[in-house]
Amino acid sequence: MAIRERSRSKGLGITVFIILLLTPIYWLLNMSFKTNREILSGLTLWPQNFTFDNYVVIFTDSSWYSGYINSMTYVLMNMTITLTVALPAAYAFSRYRFLGDKHLFFWLLSNRMAPPAVFLLPFFQLYSSIGLFDTHIAVALAHCLFNVPLAVWILEGFMSGVPREYDEMAYIDGYSFPRFFVKIFMPMIRSGIGVTAFFIFMFSWVELLLARTLTSVDAQPIAAIMTRTIGASGIDWGVLSAAGVLTILPGVLVVWFVRNHVARGFALGRV
Amino acid sequence: MSKIPDNRAWWLVLPVLLLVAFSALVPLMTVVNYSVQDIFGPGNAYYVGTEWFRDVLRDERLQASLLRQFGFSAAVLAIEIPLGIGIALMMPKGGIRASLCLILLAIPLLIPWNVVGTIWQIFARGDIGLFGWGLNQLGFNYNYTGDPVDAWLTVLLMDVWHWTPLVALLCYSGLRAIPEAFYQAAEIDRASRWAVFRYIQLPRLKNVLVIAVLLRFMDSFMIYTEPFVLTGGGPGSSTTFLSQTLTTMAVGQFDLGRAAAFSLVYFLIVLLVSWLFFTAITHMDKER
Repeated sequence: MAIRERSRSKGLGITVFIILLLTPIYWLLNMSFKTNREILSGLTLWPQNFTFDNYVVIFTDSSWYSGYINSMTYVLMNMTITLTVALPAAYAFSRYRFLGDKHLFFWLLSNRMAPPAVFLLPFFQLYSSIGLFDTHIAVALAHCLFNVPLAVWILEGFMSGVPREYDEMAYIDGYSFPRFFVKIFMPMIRSGIGVTAFFIFMFSWVELLLARTLTSVDAQPIAAIMTRTIGASGIDWGVLSAAGVLTILPGVLVVWFVRNHVARGFALGRV
Repeated sequence: MSKIPDNRAWWLVLPVLLLVAFSALVPLMTVVNYSVQDIFGPGNAYYVGTEWFRDVLRDERLQASLLRQFGFSAAVLAIEIPLGIGIALMMPKGGIRASLCLILLAIPLLIPWNVVGTIWQIFARGDIGLFGWGLNQLGFNYNYTGDPVDAWLTVLLMDVWHWTPLVALLCYSGLRAIPEAFYQAAEIDRASRWAVFRYIQLPRLKNVLVIAVLLRFMDSFMIYTEPFVLTGGGPGSSTTFLSQTLTTMAVGQFDLGRAAAFSLVYFLIVLLVSWLFFTAITHMDKER
């Protein structure tokens, strides 16, 4: 009896928290379906004159929707690069002891601790000097700064959960290392890879400071374009809200795919 | 798991090493190079030794900003860690309700940081935002663009909104890893709810809490975009944190030498505090 009461109050607590969590997002959604006149004329809890105009502006103006394409492009590039280099490295850290391994691991992690603001100016100069300024690959490479260490960290956790006997058995069966890695090992840790991809996506998608500094026109992320809504007539709240809502959607889609592993992933595979 | 000593493993980490060397080491060395020079223009730089460092450490504006930063990070940790544990304890144990909770909790984490700023910029306004309007209706004189305390609290609330789900998700995954037998044993012993938490759940949460504390400290210490969009660092400099001071100095005033020295000090502080947390927590474990 007492247990049932407790679980009911638990359910109530979590429901209240989630409602509080979603209220600001609801408010953004609410604003995105309103006209600017309605937004500024008074507070309404839901749109009185429901309109898609704000979304139409974004989907018909190439300077708007190209921002989404740019962001997606460098996020996917970053994901590919990061996973390619992090997979073998994480395997090395999880299976072998080698000269300077602990120092190397900590040095990698220390890059995750570096404030992006510190790297702002040198990045700008570095990528300008090699002619990569305002390209997608520049942002993708810059985001490796924090994504590679994180990916190695998460993957290492997942890989350490796989007993080494599997590796040895494969070698006895005559598998070469690359073949074993791709054919046997990667499928075994596929949930780990999925979760890692999710985190890479997340941190690359939400970052703005570096992405904005390294681009000007051709590769400008949506987040930077959003700052332009401040026009002559003040801020265009409706379009700004609609653009914001559209930046939330890809993340929700991605989290749906990894929903069963996300909890373990958040613990970096270490539970 | 025992590891095999084999130096050939270096070949596997080589790609990472090269990539990170390119994207971290080269820029970092550039910063070190700037920090010991006074640069007037291309080809017109003078070696000044540690002058910038002494200058930066004595700068009162920077000291104030550092103090604000520590205050903010401490407040963030003090609120988000207990709250996150609490939320994790309340979450359903499995099934579709648990999946739903996870996804809904993860949403704030997936919003670009400037949009987080935008959301709160709108939400907290007195005229068009539900939160600001509501507070004013309740009789509070709330205005985050004018009042430093309101601005600071709004930034803090925004961070709690944004990142508590991360702590909650971490703790949730830690709790799920506790075998049911532990709870059954506790029930046979007639352990109280508190005893279950203190002696079964909390020790098992230690690993994930290390990660949560470290991540939250690092990221709150580097916070830039959200307060920049929400308050622009104001009113006055009440919400100007370290990253913003640095960015203004490097890009706004183009004060290269000083900004570089400041960058290094900043980075070292993050490293040092992270290391202290890490050592303290792992040490506690050994003693027990």
